Amino acid sequence: MITAEVLAHSAPDGHAGASASNRDVEIRNLRKEYRAGQPVLRDVSVTIAGKGMTAIIGPSGTGKSTLIRCINRLVDPTSGQILFMGRDLATLKGADLRAARRTIGMVFQEYNLVERLSVIENLLCGRLGYMSWWRALLRRFDAADVARAFDLLEAVGLGEMATRRADALSGGQRQRVGICRAIMQNPDLILADEPTSSLDPKTSVEIMEVLEKLAAERGIPVVVNIHNVELARRFADRVIGMSKGMIVFDGPPSALEDHHLIEIYGGKGWLEG
Amino acid sequence: MSTAVSTGITREWQRFTLGERLGRYAVYVVSAIAIIWSLRTIEVIPEFLYDAPAQTYDLFERMWPFDWRFWPTVLSGLIETLHTATLGTLMALVLAAPVALLAARNITRSVALNQLANLILVSSRSVNSLIWALLFVAIFGPGALAGTLAIAFRSIGFVGKLLGEAIEEAQKGPIEALTAAGAPPMAILLKGYWPQVEPSFWSVALFRWDINVRESAVLGLVGAGGIGVALDTATSNLYWDQAGLVLATIFTVVVLTEIVTSRIRSKII
Repeated sequence: MITAEVLAHSAPDGHAGASASNRDVEIRNLRKEYRAGQPVLRDVSVTIAGKGMTAIIGPSGTGKSTLIRCINRLVDPTSGQILFMGRDLATLKGADLRAARRTIGMVFQEYNLVERLSVIENLLCGRLGYMSWWRALLRRFDAADVARAFDLLEAVGLGEMATRRADALSGGQRQRVGICRAIMQNPDLILADEPTSSLDPKTSVEIMEVLEKLAAERGIPVVVNIHNVELARRFADRVIGMSKGMIVFDGPPSALEDHHLIEIYGGKGWLEG
Repeated sequence: MSTAVSTGITREWQRFTLGERLGRYAVYVVSAIAIIWSLRTIEVIPEFLYDAPAQTYDLFERMWPFDWRFWPTVLSGLIETLHTATLGTLMALVLAAPVALLAARNITRSVALNQLANLILVSSRSVNSLIWALLFVAIFGPGALAGTLAIAFRSIGFVGKLLGEAIEEAQKGPIEALTAAGAPPMAILLKGYWPQVEPSFWSVALFRWDINVRESAVLGLVGAGGIGVALDTATSNLYWDQAGLVLATIFTVVVLTEIVTSRIRSKII
């Protein structure tokens, strides 16, 4: 309990010391085997710049999701290092891990809202890492957090939905709530795992716009897994192409050519027409 | 390819394999033997069977009209029964919650603790509430306290099992999201699991209360308080007009609780 308290107080200072401008994620020789001898990630090394939007593209089952989930340790890597804000995320445990996680927001394909809670409480769930559980029990959220949550909902056009239950919302609205929940963490990094894959094309673009805008306004770097090449080209500053657990392309969207896509996704019939 | 389909694969299909069919026939044969065997050992006394309608009619005739002078005793017994059922259910909910958490494999990731929780749940359920009542009457003496504890201990298994299953069925997505936000375990329980489990919790609580009203009505037969004491007194004295009043009261209360709980349940879910 004492260590958790100390960490909670020292965290903001730690941020200042690590210079908020350097939010690079440095991944070194990251390897993940769900079954021994069958690596999903094959010693991936890459440094993701601590600004703008980085898109990871690639076919399903190629390790994109595993890579992103290793960063906030929803998946434990088999070996390798993930250096972020002066810590190796791959080795953290317990309270240290939680303290690191609360500085990393995450947006999910299936939104992962708590369906039976109100929209506003779903946003405030982004603050759970910063408050004691008994405050959560009594719903005694910080007044400043509540005010910020309402502001965010206004900003994404869901102001009047605040007290509705999350299960009353459409897919696009839910994903907006999911993004707001991540922003509520005041994160140093946002991970988005296929945030538009369950949405129609028009809503997908709107969601990417919301994600880009909210993150850019706050200078938060975003890493987004996305299999839609067009969306990656349109929104990302940098594209990382993965195939079979390895990085096969890394560069600006303008440098991404058809032969790269063939290497990433295989075949080429799908490119024509 | 096409030749392989037409020649290599026989296009016959049967619902069960040979082994499964043999197993099913074996079950039929064993069932038939069991029925014949039990018919031969049941030892029905024909004399009792022949005059059963007359005896039953006679019993009902002796119950009517009810002896309303007995009503104050019945009413105080009834109130005690409702208290026993309600308090017993509340106690069971409190006691069963931690056991349910231990039993849920997505919360407690230790097979030994899961097994321990299941052992507790099974022992609670496998002992009838009348047996629990006998035990607590021996410890605390006759009265409603023994009855309440009997109801509580009998209910732990039922409530704990259903609650544990509800916890295991909770969707992983929201839990993953709260974990990713750095929420501590207690906060994940409160904001991730509880909202998902809440409807089942209230539904189980109501259902069990409904059952407990019925169970606590008979606990008086072993001296554990409630309306059963009045029934026991009436039948031992052979005052059938009093016993009839007690039975009619129990029947009415059971029907009423059934109606009330099903109405509340349909509003919750």
